[in-house]
Amino acid sequence: MKITKEEVGYVAHLARLEFSDEEKEKFTSQLNDILLYMEKLNRVDTTGVEPLTHATFLSNAFRNDEVKPSLPHDLSMANAPEERAGSFRVPKVIE
Amino acid sequence: MELHQLTIHELQKKLRGGDTTSVDVVESVIRRIDAVEDRIHSYITLMKDSAREEARRADEEIRKGNARPLTGIPIAVKDLICTKGIRTTCGSKILSNFIPPYDATVVEKLRDAGAVFIGKTNMDEFAMGSSTETSHFGVTRNPWDLDRIPGGSSGGSATAVAADECIASLGSDTGGSIRQPAALCDVVGMKPTYGRVSRYGLVAFASSLDQIGPFTKDVEDCAILLNVISGYDPRESTSVQVEVPDFTSFLSEGIEGWTVGIPKEYFIEGIDPEVEAAVRKAIGVIEGLGARCVDVSLPHTEYCLAVYYIIAPAEASSNLARYDGVKYGYRSKDCRDLMEMYKRTRSEGFGMEVKRRIMLGTYALSSGYYDAYYKKASQVRALIKRDFDEAFQSCDVIMTPTSPTPAFRIGEKMDDPLQMYLSDIFTISTNLAGIPGVSVPCGYTAGGLPIGLQFLAAHFAEEKLIRIASAYEKHSKIEKRRPNL
Repeated sequence: MKITKEEVGYVAHLARLEFSDEEKEKFTSQLNDILLYMEKLNRVDTTGVEPLTHATFLSNAFRNDEVKPSLPHDLSMANAPEERAGSFRVPKVIE
Repeated sequence: MELHQLTIHELQKKLRGGDTTSVDVVESVIRRIDAVEDRIHSYITLMKDSAREEARRADEEIRKGNARPLTGIPIAVKDLICTKGIRTTCGSKILSNFIPPYDATVVEKLRDAGAVFIGKTNMDEFAMGSSTETSHFGVTRNPWDLDRIPGGSSGGSATAVAADECIASLGSDTGGSIRQPAALCDVVGMKPTYGRVSRYGLVAFASSLDQIGPFTKDVEDCAILLNVISGYDPRESTSVQVEVPDFTSFLSEGIEGWTVGIPKEYFIEGIDPEVEAAVRKAIGVIEGLGARCVDVSLPHTEYCLAVYYIIAPAEASSNLARYDGVKYGYRSKDCRDLMEMYKRTRSEGFGMEVKRRIMLGTYALSSGYYDAYYKKASQVRALIKRDFDEAFQSCDVIMTPTSPTPAFRIGEKMDDPLQMYLSDIFTISTNLAGIPGVSVPCGYTAGGLPIGLQFLAAHFAEEKLIRIASAYEKHSKIEKRRPNL
């Protein structure tokens, strides 16, 4: 076993997801199959190999620090599920 | 031939020559959509009214002598490319009500080239899938056999072209999502080099892998569309400032004297015998064009799938953290506090495959596992890229099957994620290495299902793909069929 049902519950919390008991069972078994398949990477000797995080020659893309027009406030808010006074409204954060 | 069956380059001539109008072309495409769409389901959102209006304006422009490359031609766009004022859902419940306040760069470029937008195409939710079965809006069916999947994730973009419900379309390719459905639906599909096409306004899945590319009815159209969408974009920090050649100028250049690499690792156990036979036959065609086919080795091929299914979910788990019900999209009702709102919104808004990948990615990045999974995968990724760099020292282009099998049946792999992931086994390496690839039709199985042939080239060598794909298309002598709908 690479991952237990309890760990699936913990990872779900980290990912801000929640599952029924039945879904947790199913995920535990499927994620174990997938993680077992990933084991094959341990056969590759990667000593001294620099990790590749993206595949072109670019490093940092700098630009001048100039103020340019951005999305107008009303358009930024246009898709808000709930809005009040030009701000995003959410349920209370603390008791 | 009906107008909706024609290619971009055929319509360019007819429109400019006054033989037809954009209004007629758009009406022909709309009649075709009305006739077949309920069986195929290529589209999430149709844009018939605005397309008619854009066609009228296109005809005025043509009359004034202002025809641009796509003026008056109906194009479809995958529903993860933002279109200002037009719902963009990503195939997901969580974005089912999202109206982008801006256009993606590729949409601006299509508009500037005169395109008429006909609709937003169906896709696997957040582009996670190989069959277009995970869309919140229902499955898309393969026009060649309605009981089979069209491939994915850009299934709707492939079927819309294959069934003549548009003239050409755009999709996105993170691990094969353009090339695999192109192969399964008998159309041309290209994933350009990472950095060639701006992704500003493309909803992100795996940022180090995603690329936008065209679906077309032939290679000439692929070159035309690639001309339109390529180029540096200051708004997209991974787009690269390199010269964009006129890709149509390479269509007749041929491949005399070229060396074409055939990687032995791509002819594995499990590949469908009819697929293998079609690709072996294509090798003969390529040799007949004056190229030399040689064996090359890409020794880390067998690790591509494992690397991909660590890196792509890891990046996805981070990219999809933004869907929290606060700023846009679906929000769960009547939640007591913020945490409950986050969890219920995301659990109700995402489908199972997306949740599976978020879980996998979150686990791979979580404390204690980062080195074992993400770092290890990124190191093996470097070796996979090195394999390609070395192979392209000794050959111009690499040639492989696009998909190990023809289209499989709807539902066949839905309960076995690992089997589903294996359908991308020949396309994933391209994204990991960042190189361009194209799939072109290369024949049919005895049962009449399309088979695709894939060409790969070094970074920013798309013109080589256009040259070989065009030469192959002209000389393969494959009788062009149309799906019987």
